[in-house]
Amino acid sequence: MATKLDKVDVVVVGSGWAGGVVSAELSKAGYKIVMLERGKDQKRSDFIGVKDELRYTNRHEMIEKLTNDTITSRVSISDAALPVRLHKEMNVGTALGGGSMHWAGSVYRWRSYDFEIRSKTVERYGESKIPEGMQIRDWGITYDELEPYYAKWELTAGISGEPDPLGDHRSIDYPNPPMLASPAIKLFKESAKNIGLNPYQMASGNMSQTYTNPDGETMNQCMFCAFCTMYGCDFSSKSDPLATVLPTAQKTGNCEIRTDSLVRRVIHENGKATGVMYTDTKTGQEFIQPADVVVLAAFTFSNNRLLMLSEIGEIYNPETRKGTIGRNFTGQFNSTFLGARGFFEDKKFNYYMGAGGLGGALSDYDADIFDHTDLDFIHGGGIELRQYGDAAIKNNFVPKGTPSWGPEFKEKSLHYAYRSLIVWYSAAVMPWWHNYMDLDPTYKDEFGDPLLRITNKITDQDRNIAAFGIEKCAEIMEAMGADIIDKDELPDQFDHTYEGMHYIGGVAMGEDPETSAVNNYLQMWEMENLFVVGGSALPHFSSHHPTPTIGALAYRAAEGIEKFLKEGGMLAEPKKVGY
Amino acid sequence: MTNKDSKGMSRRNFLKSSGLVAGGLVGGSLFGGLLTSQLQKGEKDNTKQVTAEPSFEARTFFSRNEDFDILSAAVERIFPEDSRGSGAIGLGVPYFIDRQLSGDWGRNANDYMHGPFPTIKKTDSYQEENRSNNDVINTSTEVLVPANTPRYQTKMNRGVFFLEGLRAMEQTSKDKFGDRFVKLETEQQDEVLKMFENGEVQFNGVDSADFFSLLRQTTIEGVYADPVYGGNRNMEAWRMKEFPGPRMGFMNDIETEEFLVMEPESLRNYQGHN
Ligand SMILES: Cc1cc2nc3c(=O)[nH]c(=O)nc-3n(C[C@H](O)[C@H](O)[C@H](O)COP(=O)(O)OP(=O)(O)OC[C@H]3O[C@@H](n4cnc5c(N)ncnc54)[C@H](O)[C@@H]3O)c2cc1C
Ligand code: SF4
Repeated sequence: MATKLDKVDVVVVGSGWAGGVVSAELSKAGYKIVMLERGKDQKRSDFIGVKDELRYTNRHEMIEKLTNDTITSRVSISDAALPVRLHKEMNVGTALGGGSMHWAGSVYRWRSYDFEIRSKTVERYGESKIPEGMQIRDWGITYDELEPYYAKWELTAGISGEPDPLGDHRSIDYPNPPMLASPAIKLFKESAKNIGLNPYQMASGNMSQTYTNPDGETMNQCMFCAFCTMYGCDFSSKSDPLATVLPTAQKTGNCEIRTDSLVRRVIHENGKATGVMYTDTKTGQEFIQPADVVVLAAFTFSNNRLLMLSEIGEIYNPETRKGTIGRNFTGQFNSTFLGARGFFEDKKFNYYMGAGGLGGALSDYDADIFDHTDLDFIHGGGIELRQYGDAAIKNNFVPKGTPSWGPEFKEKSLHYAYRSLIVWYSAAVMPWWHNYMDLDPTYKDEFGDPLLRITNKITDQDRNIAAFGIEKCAEIMEAMGADIIDKDELPDQFDHTYEGMHYIGGVAMGEDPETSAVNNYLQMWEMENLFVVGGSALPHFSSHHPTPTIGALAYRAAEGIEKFLKEGGMLAEPKKVGY
Repeated sequence: MTNKDSKGMSRRNFLKSSGLVAGGLVGGSLFGGLLTSQLQKGEKDNTKQVTAEPSFEARTFFSRNEDFDILSAAVERIFPEDSRGSGAIGLGVPYFIDRQLSGDWGRNANDYMHGPFPTIKKTDSYQEENRSNNDVINTSTEVLVPANTPRYQTKMNRGVFFLEGLRAMEQTSKDKFGDRFVKLETEQQDEVLKMFENGEVQFNGVDSADFFSLLRQTTIEGVYADPVYGGNRNMEAWRMKEFPGPRMGFMNDIETEEFLVMEPESLRNYQGHN
């Protein structure tokens, strides 16, 4: 029998950016919070001396182990899904701070076009531009409404950057100047400028200088050590929850964090959440944590699965296109981040140096900045040159046609180490009626609960946008003077590899409870004291990394929760819009 | 190109440029252990070569000599010795693989290994791909066949997969060339490896291409991983590739135009276990 614990104001599931922001804000406001995190406890000093490529990049030390819990995956609703079995095939965060600890730190706001994508597309090109079955909608919030929350997150996270010349309105400058530009980034920017484009230094969650945020948390200047993406930062120079929101929450004395606590159900009665049930993964003991408000901030997959297992809301059914939970699943998978790799005979770049968010970028082919009248897709992508810093196992790039092993491979991989650069297109991904999440009929976790099942197909829209982007990247690579240019190839179909945590939706926000699960405060239409925070709320995948938008919406949700705790009730009026 | 021995960032410069001293964080828990040991070590030890531990050179996974010999011959063809330096054998890769297979990774401890395990053959792929592009509504999912994907769907863990794969290579050598893999000419060994790479051999319901790609990737890992794992002996592969190994950072050099070659350092240096 589960042990029932004392009631608190708010229970928050998950300790990443999403859960961290909500807990920091509510505990500062004086509410009693319990945060439940399934993974282990960790502190910043645990990352000292972890610059070990095999252990972190290849063996995924910081990534959730799939031993007892994974997802199943298929392309079409007429396939049987198979489990994603290998640890390396799915990146999801675990341990205190979540996936937000081993992120790279490239920072983009999403575009004004995103938030009103349906009306803006129709307005410019007419209804017929949106193909049947593409489930895009306006989000129920505009860019201008969300802007102050973006600003708030950027100040907390200490973002380093300069404005995108083609970007939307900003109320604040980035709190820190942009990162230094390496010779490769300078080459990218100068060459792009020469062909009439508008490059800038990518904004980053790596600190360009020592910085203290408005909550009094200090982060150090980034050292460009290059063991960044997939690692915890041992200098506390990467903005993450352990450096920011978690200590802010804890020092109020109002937030208790319990690690090794796997939440398995949201408990509810008469349409109201009463708490959550969780298992202590070290003892196997079960607990019930009652609360006035339940916040799910356990990343896309757990947020969706917990609602489905707890029988809250109606699971989306592609046959009827009814139901909201699991609907609008999108992700940046193998048709995105394609581009062109250039090999330079007489240049060598210090590419063993770098940082997760170090790069040059441009937005000339992003969102609706360019005319789509004669194009067979909507939306766009950012173009980036990133200098993560490549360690030795990864850095084995050879021109196409070179064997992948043997004497010629050895010779060329050594010759071209530090002589190649890639420019890629971070294409946006639209939601379709046939891409969604539900529960798998066959595969189970250690408790006998069904796994989450993903159905995801790459569409013509995805192929067309990628083909367009690859050409643009190749043009830039040519301007950069590469001797050999290898263009990426379009994939036949989805490869069931879930890298980088760019998968979202399923508890998507909107104005119409028929098609959306949460309102623009991420409050469930069906259960007013349940808030579902994180990428699960995003109705489509824009052309950039998701975290700043997750952070901004978490600030918005925190504001809504506080309002709800004071006044109760629905925080937004439902509308009937039909999509 | 300049050859700056162990430039990178000295500990003292690191402290100066990071502003850590100013920020007063050095005394805190964050930097405690590592910096102290690094600072005490002094500049001289930075480039100290780590010599191979002879105790790495014993097997803890492979019990049959024959299996280990096939592995050694195969990885040497994947990353052969040449004028630039050692091949996989000289770098200790067979021992690296042996140790990897005896641990969590070799036993797929962090992977989802619960059934059912359907067999998916490459030969079905065209048919399946076409079907995957059609959404047929109203079919019961339970009776459907999984679409072909290159995913790991075997019940064998990597250790078993390696043993079976190496033995399948041995069998293929005997069938095709009438001799054991290790006795073949290198061109013949390459031919067997190519047959595996092209998926021309099937064993235990898996495709040889999947085995080859695992063998190839693990070999590269053994060549270039930190020497603590038993491969990349003496950091020779890092020297060949001009990779400096783990460093505190490169803040002073990130804008430098010329390519900087540094004498590599390993985790052992970095963590201060000298
Ligand atoms: C390698 C990598 C690089 C990335 N780089 C970037 C980047 O450059 N820019 C960018 O914008 N984004 C990047 N991302 C994505 C970014 O990490 C995520 O968008 C972000 O971490 C999401 O924050 P979150 O709080 O929603 O989820 P998380 O940080 O993952 O937090 C969710 C937490 O919930 C916990 N949890 C899950 N289920 C349960 C349960 N049942 N019970 C209890 N706890 C549970 C998890 O253990 C986890 O700690 C990257 C991701 C990866 C993996
Ligand atoms: S590159 Fe910078 S932010 Fe990233 S881990 Fe190294 S010091 Fe930290």
